Amino acid sequence: MKKVYFDHAATSFVDPEVLKAMLPFFKDSFGNPSEAHFLGQEAKKAIEKSRQTLAKFFQAKSDEIIFTSSATESINLVHKGLIEALEERRKPHVITSQIEHKAVLNTCQHLENLGLAEVTYLPVDKFGLVNLEDLKKTITPQTRLVSIMYVNNEVGTIQPLKEIGRFLKKINKGRKKKIFFHTDATQAMAYLDCRVDYLNVDLLSFTGHKIHAPKGIGALYIRKGTKLVRQQDGGRQEFNLRAGTENVPYIVGLAKAISLIDRQKNGEKVKKLTKNLTDQLLKVPGVSLTGHPLSRAPHIVSLVIENVESESMLLLLSDRGIAVSAMSACSSDLLKPSHVLEAMQIPKNLLNNALRFSLGKNNTEEEINYVVKNFKEVVSYLRKLAPKL
Amino acid sequence: MPAFDNLYSKKVMEYFRHPRNMGEMKDADGTGTSGSPVCGDVLRLFIKVGQKGQEEFIKEAKFQTLGCGAAIASSSILTTMIKGKSLKEAKKITQKEIIKNLGGLPPAKLHCSLLASQALEKAIKDYENKKT
Repeated sequence: MKKVYFDHAATSFVDPEVLKAMLPFFKDSFGNPSEAHFLGQEAKKAIEKSRQTLAKFFQAKSDEIIFTSSATESINLVHKGLIEALEERRKPHVITSQIEHKAVLNTCQHLENLGLAEVTYLPVDKFGLVNLEDLKKTITPQTRLVSIMYVNNEVGTIQPLKEIGRFLKKINKGRKKKIFFHTDATQAMAYLDCRVDYLNVDLLSFTGHKIHAPKGIGALYIRKGTKLVRQQDGGRQEFNLRAGTENVPYIVGLAKAISLIDRQKNGEKVKKLTKNLTDQLLKVPGVSLTGHPLSRAPHIVSLVIENVESESMLLLLSDRGIAVSAMSACSSDLLKPSHVLEAMQIPKNLLNNALRFSLGKNNTEEEINYVVKNFKEVVSYLRKLAPKL
Repeated sequence: MPAFDNLYSKKVMEYFRHPRNMGEMKDADGTGTSGSPVCGDVLRLFIKVGQKGQEEFIKEAKFQTLGCGAAIASSSILTTMIKGKSLKEAKKITQKEIIKNLGGLPPAKLHCSLLASQALEKAIKDYENKKT
């Protein structure tokens, strides 16, 4: 059976070059980087070289990068660690958005539950955009952290990070207590400018497995002067911010994946593919695009389809060898519709009808045509199966 | 504990992939609809009732469903379960039996089988209301 993978926003294949770079660190250079002997130092050197690769990518300094297990871990460390480090008498205020990843939303909820922070969840417009004016209005003297994702993972909308960063930088000059700016850049890494000074972010989280590194490795950028209290105690690894023996092969793999990012080449290619896919899918009656029509990441095509429940759609496409993602209540364990689509005020009768196609550098025009053909067939089959309302 | 092939049992996938008795029945004697597009699933069951001696029985059953795999499989298997049964017997079919016949459903999907048994209840009621 033909296999088409259109779910790169969920995870991506490990690039063969990444795997090749990792292999020696399982078998030959397996030393513990904390040890002074030659094997330990070999591993240590590999980590520091990897750190430099990431630093170069973000145009940051090496000692501003730490390795973690995932974006989720980085995000937890940022939110919990920053609030804990503030040691303020009055409750600090955090501003985030309603469409963040669960890692941010549930970490913020955790802080609220413990009474450690007050959190504002900014609404978004129907395209999934956070409004800078809304953000300005919610800032208080107690605000210490703004956390807004770069690209929304469900609908692909690119947030106005640069504008938010510039604004925060400006008002921080006049404030006694700085507002720190964090972004989850997971979906942006392969396609958008992630230089930290361009974005004016103090903290940036991401994971490796969306950019052809393996699962289980992520990193965090921490601007010099930003104090965090580590959330995992133990040894003094990662500048004393993340205890535990370093995952050397995965760190090397992550750096390799970063060095393979070619925004020009792959960005243009993927953009062309998704444009073709979008144009063809939108010709099917009752199909509309979700997210911003222009300010969107090139790899994500997100749709709602009238009179087609998305889990059925996903399963039938899967039977035809096509892997996509559904955002319906029915496909989640909690039977709750997507919080992102709800925040965007997508009509209730379409909340269970959302599908996401996310492309990668190896997809082809031929695959697009195969997916479009099967999409049309499955949509008309499921509509025939559905009762007239 | 039933064995699940990924999300669903083999039986659920079989009835989802090859639904029995799908489609509209124009001259149905009773119709029942359960669920709503807002909750994600809408099931419609059509029945045709015949007479066998003293007893009324379900001669034909068809369904239409907008919903997830479990909803489609539940409504599909239900039509096969009620065909040929007397109304009295059909009334006794529970959500539990539908689940059992499907080889189990994941916990989050149990409500889909409830929608099926509700549609059946409504279809029989609709028939009885029309009769009187």
